[in-house]
Amino acid sequence: MAGVIRCGCMSITQSVVKAEDLDLSFAKTLEQLGIERVLTCMQCGTCTASCPSGRYAAYRTRLVLRKVLLGLREEILSDPDLWLCTTCYNCQERCPRRIDVVDLIIVLRNMAFATGHARERHVQISRFFVETGHLVPINEENMKKRRELGLSEKPPTTHSFPKALEEVKALASYFGFDKIVLGER
Amino acid sequence: MPNRYPGIELATRIVMKNLGIELVDMEGASCCPAPGAFGPADLFTWRVLGARNLSIAEKKGVDVLTVCNGCYKTLYEVNQDLKSDPELRERVNEVLRPLGYEYNGTIRVRHIAEYLHRDYGVEKLRGAVKKPLEGIKVAVHYGCHLMRPKLRRELGDSERPHLLEDIIEATGAECVEYKDMMICCGAGGGVRSYDLALSLTLTHTKIKNATEAGADCMVNVCPFCHLQLDRGQAELKEQWGVYYGLPILHYSQLLGLAMGIPPKMLGFEAHYVPVDSFLEKLKGII
Repeated sequence: MAGVIRCGCMSITQSVVKAEDLDLSFAKTLEQLGIERVLTCMQCGTCTASCPSGRYAAYRTRLVLRKVLLGLREEILSDPDLWLCTTCYNCQERCPRRIDVVDLIIVLRNMAFATGHARERHVQISRFFVETGHLVPINEENMKKRRELGLSEKPPTTHSFPKALEEVKALASYFGFDKIVLGER
Repeated sequence: MPNRYPGIELATRIVMKNLGIELVDMEGASCCPAPGAFGPADLFTWRVLGARNLSIAEKKGVDVLTVCNGCYKTLYEVNQDLKSDPELRERVNEVLRPLGYEYNGTIRVRHIAEYLHRDYGVEKLRGAVKKPLEGIKVAVHYGCHLMRPKLRRELGDSERPHLLEDIIEATGAECVEYKDMMICCGAGGGVRSYDLALSLTLTHTKIKNATEAGADCMVNVCPFCHLQLDRGQAELKEQWGVYYGLPILHYSQLLGLAMGIPPKMLGFEAHYVPVDSFLEKLKGII
């Protein structure tokens, strides 16, 4: 394919993206992963205009969509801004093409996890889950509060049932997920 | 039931008991797991672990009730996905069966706010209020995942909803409108952990606007929002030097007060923003 495509946005404005470097199948892959209609994005910018994170940070939802359509996979997955979405769904609720924008961001983050691009903080949080069955595990202070309030010291969850915790760990290891978050991969 | 703020757990247990609704513990449940923190790690693993929790409730033959938007999003959507997609359900069950679990799609997942609104009923709720919180101005915080994404819920408009207003006004309190009312607390999607400064910027917008609208407190239905709005104010004081001191209450706590439950049984002492001045305002009512 000859010619160049110039993009009107941020980092990709600085360079010329050659058509032969694009991966136009990337959006198709995402479509197959459940993000229907992603190919219908017309870059209207309703998503960016609705984004509370984007109001205060450089994160631009429309740019993510543009990069998806161009197939700039590596650039998307390694972008620190991919992690600035609070998953508030403003963009998804208002998208005139009814694209599941937040669900798209989550699938992209899945890809980032699988390719070693997840941010350290996110890996850490998942580690709590693999180790305790809770993303927010109980701590001393919390147990003290529970006792003071007359609640059981630990909630009736994996915290109280070691067998249940073993099950959760078994499920995490079934997917090799424990290896991703515990750093063996 | 999240680990944060055990007072919300206690308030919920007491309030539901007083309303005549029996709560059954899900022994051995794990974190839902959190949609914005664990979903991004691996969606299939997230569904399997959500399905394990659902199957614990299924074995007991009861619906799931949550007090948290995050738990609601995970368990409601996993339940919806597995009910509507037999192939996905089978893939999930193949993983669960060796551990003695099976998801069958026999129960519903409820959020306490929509349960009280749609099933228990606003009128009946009003009847359960012994100490109407008259003169109290409440800023409503929906959080993101109770009403959204609207195409996956059956709760109506997510831009101008009135579900929470209805059940808050049943306590006798008044809801005040404030700018950007539907904005996110700032915590979700792992942003609180990843970029605290950005998350606090959203929190500040919210708290400032609610304060300027004359709210006496802000009421939420999610312990993670609760944390961000409550502890976030302490962090704003520390890092920005601005302090609003707007008391943050979970709906269970507000309803508890209106039902005449003593404040000391509602776990307020665990809050970062003291609720003393708010309780002072309620003197003569509760």
